[in-house]
Amino acid sequence: MNGAADMGGMHGFGPVVPESNEPVFHARWEGVSFALNMVTGVAKLWNLDAFRFKRESIPPPQYLNLSYYGLWTTTLEQMMLEYGVATPEELAAGHAIQPTKRAPHAVTAADVANMVRCGSPYDRPASAPALFKVGDRVRAKNMHPTTHTRLPRYARGHTGEVVRIVGCHVFPDSNASNAGEDPHWLYTVRFDGRDLWGEDSDPTVRVCIEAWEPYLELA
Amino acid sequence: MQLRTRALETILIEKGYVEQAAIDQLIETYEKKIGPRNGAQVVAKAWVDPKFRQWLFEDGTAAIGSLGFGGRSGNHLVALENTASVHNMVVCTLCSCYPWAVLGLPPLWYKSAPYRSRAVADPRGVLRDFGMELPKDTEIRIWDSTAELRYLVVPMRPAGTEGWSEGKLVELVTRDSMIGTGRPKHPGELP
Repeated sequence: MNGAADMGGMHGFGPVVPESNEPVFHARWEGVSFALNMVTGVAKLWNLDAFRFKRESIPPPQYLNLSYYGLWTTTLEQMMLEYGVATPEELAAGHAIQPTKRAPHAVTAADVANMVRCGSPYDRPASAPALFKVGDRVRAKNMHPTTHTRLPRYARGHTGEVVRIVGCHVFPDSNASNAGEDPHWLYTVRFDGRDLWGEDSDPTVRVCIEAWEPYLELA
Repeated sequence: MQLRTRALETILIEKGYVEQAAIDQLIETYEKKIGPRNGAQVVAKAWVDPKFRQWLFEDGTAAIGSLGFGGRSGNHLVALENTASVHNMVVCTLCSCYPWAVLGLPPLWYKSAPYRSRAVADPRGVLRDFGMELPKDTEIRIWDSTAELRYLVVPMRPAGTEGWSEGKLVELVTRDSMIGTGRPKHPGELP
């Protein structure tokens, strides 16, 4: 979707301002927001792509005004409602209200090391050979789905070169809608900055993205 | 936001999805255990060990895994080699993808609109925000983390460090030098 999250190439946000001696979390609730997102993911209440889709679906005026973990908490609330993990009454009360839908298994402190160590690999066995090879000129399709996609707007319609065949990976566009993982070949595609940003732009810039096969066509 | 987050925490604990201790443990893990020190060890080893360096650029996940780093936001790792003619810089324009396994959680600026919007279109301007100026003819490669690959920039080894041990070199490797928005420290900058 063409939401506020897809920021590459936008103007007007001002300079990058690094914070010196920045803490990992600026307040405890930020750490809690982070931890709850990881826990609900590991509990497989929903998948990562569905979570990302929900987050980028927050209307732009709201998205741009939320802090980073404010976005996470807001998204988590919406996911818990949509997936029946909590009711609006429970969110308002700040407590579970009986009768509750209980989890089959609680994530414990003993699970944490394993959660962090294992992560969640996204590569899958391939069911067909890769369509493109390294060196191929490919065009990122001009597509504007209202559903989730990981093809940034700034790349759409532009031609680049396949520089790496990454492997066969879970396709977020399908996974985000709970339509299955539908794995596809994933490529690293390199664009010349001038093809993306115009003849007057910096000639030394190259931009690489990862693109799934359905995003691409031979140029 | 604090109250709203607290409500979610309470509900998930009361419904048996998670124990309080697991939440605390996760926060502590990312506050204290997983950080840029991990990536600095990878870079320092690549500076002194040519065989490891070659392996790192061929199969980042395996080479970095051999040092004990990987897993969450590090299942698919790619190391990027800075040279005299090519400078690499990493961004996630769509959200905040970042190689947690080697750098910990990203700083606020990495997740912010100014960085996400400008890194792909005006990288030299972004580098100037960090006080960094590259030679005019240096190629700048921006890597937009649009999938589950995670990138680690391997900066050039600073001059004047010949004969240094891996342990001492680690002290020179900054977080930003592994994102591509900074350089490693010079020997003279060490205390």
